[in-house]
Amino acid sequence: MSDQQKPERIGVYVCHCGTNIAGVVDVEAVAHFAAEDLKDRGVVLARDYTFMCSVAGQELIEQDIHEQQLTRVVVAACSPHLHEKTFRGVCERSGMNPYLSEMASIREHVAWVHTDKVAATAKAKAIVSGTVERVLKNDPLEAIRVPIDAQTLVVGGGIAGIQAALEVAEAGYEVILVEREASLGGHMAQFDKTFPTLDCAACILTPKMAAAGSHPKIHLFTWSEVEKVEGFVGNYTVTVKKKPRYVDEDVCTGCGICVEKCPILVVDDKFEAGIGYRKAIYWPFAQAVPNLPVLDTETCTYYIGGKGGCRACEKFCPTVPNSILFDQKEERVTLRVGNIVLATGWDLFDARRIPQYGYGRLANVFTSLELERMCNAAGPTGGKVVMRDGKSAPQRVAIVHCVGSRDRNYNRHCSAICCMQSLKTAHLVKERTGAEVYNFYIDIRTPGKEYDEFYQRVLDDGIHFVRGKVAEITDIPFDPAEASRNGAGTLYVQVEDTLAGMQRRIPVDMVVLSAGLEPRRDSAEVGKTFGIACSSNGWFIEKHAKMDPIATMTEGVFIAGCAAGPKDIPASVSQGSAAAARVLNYIRQGELALEPVRASVLAEQCSGCRLCNGLCPFNAISFDAARKVTEINAALCQGCGTCVAACPAGAIQGTGFSNEQLFAQIEGLLRDFSRAPEVV
Amino acid sequence: MKALFYPGCSMQKNARPYLDSLLAIREVIDLELQEIEDWNCCGATEYMSVHRVAAHSLVGRNLALARQQARDTDLLTAGCSACYLNLAKTDTQMREDAGLKNTVNQALAAGGLEYKPGSIKVRHLLDLVCHDIGYDAVKARVVKPLHGLKVAAYYGCQVVRPDYDGRWDSHEHPTSMDKLLAALGAEPVDWALKTQCCGGHMTVIGPDVAFGLIRRLIHGAREAGADLVVTLCPMCQLNLDAYQVEMNKHFHTDYQVPVLYFTQLMGLAFGKKAKELGIGKEFVDAAPALAKIQAEAPKVAETKRKRRPKPGDALPMPGME
Repeated sequence: MSDQQKPERIGVYVCHCGTNIAGVVDVEAVAHFAAEDLKDRGVVLARDYTFMCSVAGQELIEQDIHEQQLTRVVVAACSPHLHEKTFRGVCERSGMNPYLSEMASIREHVAWVHTDKVAATAKAKAIVSGTVERVLKNDPLEAIRVPIDAQTLVVGGGIAGIQAALEVAEAGYEVILVEREASLGGHMAQFDKTFPTLDCAACILTPKMAAAGSHPKIHLFTWSEVEKVEGFVGNYTVTVKKKPRYVDEDVCTGCGICVEKCPILVVDDKFEAGIGYRKAIYWPFAQAVPNLPVLDTETCTYYIGGKGGCRACEKFCPTVPNSILFDQKEERVTLRVGNIVLATGWDLFDARRIPQYGYGRLANVFTSLELERMCNAAGPTGGKVVMRDGKSAPQRVAIVHCVGSRDRNYNRHCSAICCMQSLKTAHLVKERTGAEVYNFYIDIRTPGKEYDEFYQRVLDDGIHFVRGKVAEITDIPFDPAEASRNGAGTLYVQVEDTLAGMQRRIPVDMVVLSAGLEPRRDSAEVGKTFGIACSSNGWFIEKHAKMDPIATMTEGVFIAGCAAGPKDIPASVSQGSAAAARVLNYIRQGELALEPVRASVLAEQCSGCRLCNGLCPFNAISFDAARKVTEINAALCQGCGTCVAACPAGAIQGTGFSNEQLFAQIEGLLRDFSRAPEVV
Repeated sequence: MKALFYPGCSMQKNARPYLDSLLAIREVIDLELQEIEDWNCCGATEYMSVHRVAAHSLVGRNLALARQQARDTDLLTAGCSACYLNLAKTDTQMREDAGLKNTVNQALAAGGLEYKPGSIKVRHLLDLVCHDIGYDAVKARVVKPLHGLKVAAYYGCQVVRPDYDGRWDSHEHPTSMDKLLAALGAEPVDWALKTQCCGGHMTVIGPDVAFGLIRRLIHGAREAGADLVVTLCPMCQLNLDAYQVEMNKHFHTDYQVPVLYFTQLMGLAFGKKAKELGIGKEFVDAAPALAKIQAEAPKVAETKRKRRPKPGDALPMPGME
């Protein structure tokens, strides 16, 4: 106790939480227990109240602090995750140090997990007793204040990242927008129409791309990746690796003569999803931002020939000096930013992983992304829906939903967008070819605005829906009769129609696999770089799935769009805006108060074993080689306690979680009240 | 390596060439087999659905004997798919269902036996050869590579599914036997019927259904360019080989696609005599196909690393790398 002369005056408040707590715990008995049995520990008053978090409940505490000269406060209610901030705020407003209050979780830890009222009430009493002992050992703490650098890093130039960057830039702050590919646009740039309104993806995306590309406050780093992130909220130092384009960004006018003259044609696996071609020097697509080509050394004759041959691009380049820089090296740029928005997007499920669907083996099995390119007027077929021969229009088309999604063999999650995308594809294929279109689905999920209306419209189009998970797609007819009935090249979709309760075998010309959305293949490494965690299936984890879906457990790092899970365009745009709002909030505050719950090293006790060094999930621990002791950066530390537990010498202390506090709490929990109170 | 061995009834009779060829190659691949003494019927494919407890007790007895007789191995192998699946199924279900475990053990107690599920590791012979002995070890012992022989690896339904212990790369298009045959120097063809039904006992119950299934497989193998079908299951071999003749009669066709066991091809590649391997006992003569084996490996066009675009209208195919 800080002051031996003056005894502590503790107020205990027991919340009913409506019937949440009071339904199981005898709250009045708990309050009475605190007032009577914990009197010897400094409890001067104890009250129970319907909703402690309500304005009236808060005022009750404020009033008591003033009138009863409380020095410490214990609120027995819900989990501190929910209302610790609320009650610390009450104490602060009343002139008390907020860290001299504690919460006892008698809702999550008692009422919600027990049914026996007597036992639950006894447990609640024990928890209150422990919390009283603990609060006695609390030290008054001061929040750590850190300045916020106004420059923001946005990683990923898809629609979510573009949106976030534009909103921050429009508010007048500098933005660094880093994109791995050669152009902004992300997956949305590949699409043709967007559901449910069928407006053209390019028409609504390219204005945003152009705005981001030309915004004076947005500094674009395309064909670049973030390699290293150091520092903490408000004060990050990031290293961006600029991959060589082999094109001089400052000189190139984007005239495109180099692309036109390049004699090498390569299958474009990225933007054209493998059904179109590009040159060895190329733009990802016509409206690329920035309007700069990039040279692919793996297919360029000059590089394949060990730096000899061709050089047509260089020869025909009209700029002075020449824009083609065959010897360009990768560069590293170090930047200071205050906040980071990760909008790194998704990867398409590799349909080859389901061999019975024949993708990669059967020519006329396509993925949904291939179909997007095919439907796109700027795509390889000029918007015509054709079979792999590039000419014939299909007469019968199957669309298979949930490919790689909702399947314990691949991904258990629902990819959220495929139902609507499949419906859109069905509509477009029907419209453009007049083909019979079959949808094979497990469930149709259309919960967005105007989504189900679109589903009804597609039903009215005369498109067939078969409920059942497709077992197999094969080009092998069962017998000669089936072969002669359907002709060569027919694909057979074998499925159990679970509504009709029968097997169906539907002959089609073309199959579209609605492949699911997966986390980026390198999401684990990216998460490590930025100090945030991925769930076991690879999506980034939000601070709170419902109440804080934009923030992460690392202050100053936000996530938007599909990086945290599958989302459609409206949701991605909303998240981009939301992330920007969070960033702007921090920037406008100028400095940020951080929780003082931090770990610190007692240098004289540290043996320099470095056991803790690799454990910190927030990269807050470093080793001072000169003094041979470990150090913790207080601003980076999030107070998780991993290092505290790991230190074999007990040299690391967790502020707010000292051994003294925890032992006191245990003593309080285990105190035997059946005997006469001890004289302390 | 050492393993307990459950031959099953097929290997004694119609699948004798499977057993003969296995016995002929076991020393070459250092496989020491210890046959379970006094083993009984596995219950085949039907008994499980007729009387669950009795069927599991029948298999449980074999597992209990294996455990009792096991000296320095806990591996138990079977060549027949149905035998393998029944052994694996009983072991797994006894592991997962304590009630079944107790009931089966009560039955076994009448014969003074007991089986602790999980104490024996049940593995199909192909699994043992491919994944324990390994492709490299097999390849190292090849003296007469099967160059020029195009083979359709046929797995049937019971070995790769349901795959209780996660032993196989794929349940629809497995590649383990393809890799084994490639190690022997043969050329596995790409075909999509690897795990499709051979008809099972429908040859007896409803021959029309079975003939349709058999024709699809035989036709498919021929269309894929295979000289012969290679199998790992006596039931599959019987249906595709013996009933190929019946099927031809039924449909007035003239398919002549021989069906051999993978162990027979291993024997050939190890330099064993055809007769010693039971080759010649098949209904559809394998000799014309085996005559295609060449002394030299045929020249294979070098696979291109990058997909080269073909000029013209056709859209490029996704790569299979």
